[in-house]
Order: sequence, then C-alpha cells, then structure tokens
Amino acid sequence: MYESKERKFECTGASISAEQVSKRFGKVQALDKLSLKVDPGTVFALLGPNGSGKTTIMRILTTLLRPDSGTAHIGEYDVIYEAQSVRSIIGLAGQYPAVDENLTGRENLEMIGQLYHIGKQKARKRSDELLEIFELIDAGNRRVKTYSGGMRRRLDLAATLVANPPILFLDEPTTGLDPRSRIGLWEIISQQAKSCNTVFLTTQYLEEADRLANKIAIMDNGSVIREGSPQELKDCCGGDTHVKIKLTDRSRTLEAVEVLRELGKENVHGDPETGEVSLTAGGASILADVVRRMDAAGIILAELGLKQPTLDDVFLAITGHTTEQESEGKEGPIEGLKAK
Amino acid sequence: MSFKISNTISDIIVMTRRDILRYVRLPQLLVFNAMLNIVLLLLFNYVFGGAINTGGIKYVQYFLPGFLAQTVVFGSTQTSVGIAEDLSKGLIDRFRSLPMARSAFLTGRVLADAVRYAILIVLMIIVGSAIGFRFENGVGPVIAGIALIILFGIALTWVGVFIGISVKDTETAQVAGFVWVFPLVFASSLYVPIATMPSWLQVFANINPVTPMVDTIRALSLGMSVSSSLWKILAWEAAIILVFLPLALRRYRLLTQ
Repeated sequence: MYESKERKFECTGASISAEQVSKRFGKVQALDKLSLKVDPGTVFALLGPNGSGKTTIMRILTTLLRPDSGTAHIGEYDVIYEAQSVRSIIGLAGQYPAVDENLTGRENLEMIGQLYHIGKQKARKRSDELLEIFELIDAGNRRVKTYSGGMRRRLDLAATLVANPPILFLDEPTTGLDPRSRIGLWEIISQQAKSCNTVFLTTQYLEEADRLANKIAIMDNGSVIREGSPQELKDCCGGDTHVKIKLTDRSRTLEAVEVLRELGKENVHGDPETGEVSLTAGGASILADVVRRMDAAGIILAELGLKQPTLDDVFLAITGHTTEQESEGKEGPIEGLKAK
Repeated sequence: MSFKISNTISDIIVMTRRDILRYVRLPQLLVFNAMLNIVLLLLFNYVFGGAINTGGIKYVQYFLPGFLAQTVVFGSTQTSVGIAEDLSKGLIDRFRSLPMARSAFLTGRVLADAVRYAILIVLMIIVGSAIGFRFENGVGPVIAGIALIILFGIALTWVGVFIGISVKDTETAQVAGFVWVFPLVFASSLYVPIATMPSWLQVFANINPVTPMVDTIRALSLGMSVSSSLWKILAWEAAIILVFLPLALRRYRLLTQ
C-alpha cells in the first residue's frame, strides 16, 4: 500500500499555498493565520477534529469563501483576484454529494463537463469513461434520486474528474461510506496522484491520512499545529515503537513489570486488568531479551509483538486530546476501519 | 482567463436546460400549478362574473387578460422557493466552484421559468376560449400580448430570485413571496374597474404595474388602441429588470463573504 505513495518527482502540476489566512465567523475565529504548502502531484491530508477549520480553509482555497486576511494561491492564481482562473483548474467534492437528483448520472456528468467548457463531445466521452471507472454504467441513465448514498458519492467524485482538473479538493471524501466503497475510493485517489494530479483532502480518520497522504497537516483551533510525512509525524511525536506482551495469568502483571524494568528501558507499563505490559523498544535483541526474562521468571506469554506508533498517538501527543473527543455527534467511521 | 461571451451563453443554455428538465422530470410541479390556475379561472368567472359591472363587456373577456398576468405574478413566487431550495443544497457550492459564468445559475432559472409561463399562458388562453374569451383582432395581438406577459414574468422573476437568494430558506421564501404579490394582483384593474375602489386605493392601483399590464392586454384582446399603457408597462418591465437583475447577481456574488 505504500507503493502508491511514492512521490513522483517529475510532476510539474499545480501547487497549493496559503499564507497567514484568517477567517472569523462572528465570535468564532475559524482560521487563525493558517499557512500551508502542497507540492504538485502529491496527496495532502488535512487532519483535525470537527470545528478545527478544515472545511473553512478548503472553502477559501476553492473560492467559495473570502478570507478576512492573508493570501492563497492555486498554481499561479490568486484565489481572490483570479478566482475564475482558479476554478478552471480545480475539482471540488464537498462534504455532501453535490449532484442534481432530477438528472440522470450521465446528465450530471455531461452538465459539469459543459460548464468546464470542455465541449459537448468530449463531455459525453469523458462521462462514459467515468461511469465505467466508477461502476455506474448500469445506473448511468437512471435518475440520481434512485441512487444509494455510496453511488451518489461515487458520482460526485466522478463529477470532479470530468474535466481532468490538475488539482482536486476532497472534503471528507469517505465519511459515511461502507468499507468496500471506501477502499475503492482510496484506490481512485491514489491513482490521481500517480497521474500527477495534486489532491487536497480533509479527513477525521487517521488511517485514511496515513494510507493516502504524502504529507499530513494536523489542524486544531484554526491553525496547522504540525505537519510532515506520516512517518515523520510518527517519528517526531508518536513516541517510539513499543514491545507489547500479554500474560496468560494477569495476576502476575506487576511482577512482570518489575522483571522488565531490569532491562533498563523506559516507559514500562502494565495493566493488571488485561495482563498487558508494554515498554519502549530499542536494541536489536529486545524481543529476545523480553522472552528470556519472562521465561526465567516463569511467566507465560500469550502474545508478544512490536507496536508501531499510530497517527492517533501522534494526534494525542500533539493536541492533548484524541480526534474522537471533539467529533461526537458526527456520523462516525465504520467500525473496524476506525483509526485505533 | 477563459472569459468569453460564447462560454457565458453556453453556460446559460446548460443551466436553463437543467431547470427545464426539472419540470420534465417532476411534471406534477407544472400540472398542479396549471390545475390551480384553471380552478381559479373558472371560479372567478362563475362566482364574480355576474356581480361585477364591467361596462357591458363579458366578464371573462374583461378579466382573463389580467388573469394571464396574475399567473406570472404568482409564478414568480415559486422562483423564490426554487432558488432558496437550490441554495440550501450542496449543489450550489459545486456550481460556484466551476469556471462557469457567474450569471448563468440565476439566468438559467429565470429563462426556464419563462418557458413555464409560456406553457401556462397558452393553456389559460385555451381554457378561457372554451368559456367565451376571444382575441378579437387576430394572431398579431395575441403574440404581442403573450410576449409582453412573459417579459413581465421575467421581470418579476428577477424579484423572486432576489427574494429567494436573500432569505435562503424555502419556507420563508414562500411567505415572503405572497406579501408583495397579493396587493399587486388585487389592487389593480385586474378584477374590478379601478373607479369602484376608495380613492386612496385608486392611487396605488394606478401606480401598480399590474394595471398597465392588464390594460394593455385587454386593449389588445378587444382590438382597441393600447394607448399609453403599453409604454408604461414596457417602462416598468425595463425598470424592474434593471434594478433587480444586478441586485440578485450581487447577492449571488456576495455568497462568498
């Protein structure tokens, strides 16, 4: 899965930049001097809880909203003063599918194509291709009113691709999708980056950012508080890789903690409730050392493994709260795909 | 910069087609609208027809020209609702993120509504003919009359667009529409001669644009001279469009604030 994230250095497509962008809605400072930069041909994920300002910055970058102060550019165009030029090189899929229910899937795509001025013939041809790619061929001549949520979402994404814009903005593209649709959509997004398009997406799901993005920016309270590649973020702020063991007899948890402290590693923690013990990894022989010590003490292990830090750990470390704490009431991710 | 007149025209055509397709796909919108108008037409004719002294002219001949104008006046309140509905959905964000002409979304709506008015007006003339209405002076005045009413509808639809884009919520749009529509329709020469109204109301009725609209169509249908009412209604139509079209477009642009 990391293959698809290989950076295409030969990409010369359009970049995205924002400098010191602020926006206030009444008493709420939605964006506070936010700056960011997205390289051409990369996937950039903006990660943050609800209300952190993700959608606001996306609306500014896609010319739907004017910032109070600051500047932003898409490619060489200014989002305020050259909005119409910006619009001709972007495709936007908002948080909710923006398709016309009274038209068929095909009519929707052709309409969008014509509004991008790619010509009627080309719009028709491109619509056929996209209906095929998004598995909507059979439904193409049916009114969107009859579509399921997943189908609407696919049509919506197809609509952003009709004119092949070099920059895609996707606001929480997989929220509310079933696991199969979600994975299908991820593949399509990865494909976009492979063909040198720049993808700017927002998400609440760490797994999604981890899987798709070359660069992740973490947002909280209207500004970017940390950014880097998924690996950089894990390295810097997620703590180290941990060894994690589980005992068959959890009453001996504290004893195991005592024994492992002798290894001189940091952060030895045990949970007598579950019989789990973890400690910071380090040194080539750490797993062997742990097994040997446990064996010597006569403590039997049910599980043994190395645990990589997740972006959730990163998020928690940086913001002091998890992504979920502030996203209550929001339609949650599908169980099992929820970032752990 | 890809701004071209041909693109603007193409965008307006695409958007008009989309709005017309809405009426094709949801024919009940138009069917019930037509039924309501037919019911009103018959009621007014048979309930009030005998009671109102219109100076020797058959009542259907007297009020039907105005009834056609009323159809477009009421019709324009539906535009407010439609615009407010579109604004409340995500689709508007997509349109606003596309390199399409800024004016196309609203103009397409207005033109599609003009088509709707044309259908309704022709239908009302047919029903009216069945109960005794006649254009007594041939085809020319009929076409001129229909064109003037549609233009009146287009002008008022820009008012409707402005209201819809200002209130941004369908239920408010519905009520807001009726506030200005009823006085226009009833305090005019549409159903009764203005001379029968109290003098203060006559002042309003004489200024009311519906009055010259009705007078012009009535004269056209009776084969009489349209006199000054034609110029008055043309001036009104131009003035309403000149004020409300820019206001509506401005509101649309300000949605980015």
